[in-house]
Amino acid sequence: MNVGVARGIWLVLTRELRLGFRRPDQLLQPLVFFLIVTTLFPLALSPLSSMLRAMAPGVLWVAALLASLLSMETLFKADADDGTLEQLALSAQPLGAIVVAKTIAHWLVSGAALVAMSPLVATALSVPERALPTMLASLALGTLTLSWLGAIGAGLTVGLRRGGVLLSLIVLPLAMPLLIFGASATDRAIGGEDPAGALYFLGALCVFTTSLGPLAASAALRITLE
Amino acid sequence: MWTWFHRLASPPHLYRTAAAWAPWLAFAAVILIGYGLVDGLVFAPPDYQQGDAFRIIYVHAPSAWLSLFGYTLMAVAGAVALIWRIKVGYAVAAAAAPIGASFTLSALVTGSLWGRPMWGTYWAWDPRLTSELILLFLYFGVISLRKAFEDPNRGDRASALLGIVGVVNVPIVHFSVYWWNSLHQGGTVMRLGKPEMPGSMLWPLLAMLAGFMCFFGAVLCVRVRAEILSRERQSTWVREVVAA
Repeated sequence: MNVGVARGIWLVLTRELRLGFRRPDQLLQPLVFFLIVTTLFPLALSPLSSMLRAMAPGVLWVAALLASLLSMETLFKADADDGTLEQLALSAQPLGAIVVAKTIAHWLVSGAALVAMSPLVATALSVPERALPTMLASLALGTLTLSWLGAIGAGLTVGLRRGGVLLSLIVLPLAMPLLIFGASATDRAIGGEDPAGALYFLGALCVFTTSLGPLAASAALRITLE
Repeated sequence: MWTWFHRLASPPHLYRTAAAWAPWLAFAAVILIGYGLVDGLVFAPPDYQQGDAFRIIYVHAPSAWLSLFGYTLMAVAGAVALIWRIKVGYAVAAAAAPIGASFTLSALVTGSLWGRPMWGTYWAWDPRLTSELILLFLYFGVISLRKAFEDPNRGDRASALLGIVGVVNVPIVHFSVYWWNSLHQGGTVMRLGKPEMPGSMLWPLLAMLAGFMCFFGAVLCVRVRAEILSRERQSTWVREVVAA
């Protein structure tokens, strides 16, 4: 059966989403992790709202980074274990398109969900309301960028038995610029300054990784699948 | 010129070439570093602001330069190997990674030793320092990814790809002092026009730079030979070399 690239992307995307929603507990785990990690900071440091406001951007961003990294390991794993990924790679569709579909589906159920939940956490960390739009925008751009970086890392480590730690070791250094700009955008918005510069940088990073990430991730998969 | 380059792709030829180059590079490194150390540590005048503490630059700047050079070399060797399927490229990349990581560590350590009397702190979360630290983590990622695979072939290719992806950090480290208001001073040597340094300080630094390059080359030659021997251990020419 001949299927066009757009149709192929759509089919893989819907399949991934369906699979995702059939295991809701797996979707919820990173979100709960995100909640728990952000809860730890006020307990460990200080519950004073002035302190919380000062550290909120960093806490939010680090927790989001760790939570999406946690879910990244599963991006290709199940399909690689049962051989589906090899079939997909052998199909007439370009591997890059399949990577795009899988990564976007993964971002929709993990990253976007995390972004949707972040106002709740931000309010608990006494982030003022006027900073919420900036925080949402920065997290949305940031988690998508992270998904592409994570797809490269997951592609490189998919064949390994204990790839989880290695995945963090690979992805975290690459994600550090993201953390810097993301946290500074949120920080500026909380302080009442103009966050546009940092947001533009995040947008640039997002465009950059969206255009080159699928290529790198599919090259990585080709290496590890053989 | 190209045939000369193409012949390097053959493991036995590279093995012999590296053996021929290593002593010369090591000799040049000893001479240059020896001159640089004596002239830089003894004869160069003390800095008018930093006094004698500036002399750590004779180790720090070449280390930092080689940390970037080593990463670029590793990534280029990996790319050559991936694109043209030249296997010795992986051997060069594998050999270069630990050397580059060592120079990165050396640049960080000497920098923080210098920072203590000058900035009043061993470490500042400054763009250049942080991006150099990220470079070290990238080296660790590349090295451990190579070792994580049971099939060395896959490990080579995966770490080569990661090396290429990580190259984005190299210009960030280099230009961080210009892009952000960094605590770290800007470049004084590698710039268009006249270097902002008197000759009595500059010559030993350039000698150290060249000497470190030669040292890097010499160590790389030795390591590449070891890599090739262990990678080609099944082939007949290695058996002949080992038997002889």
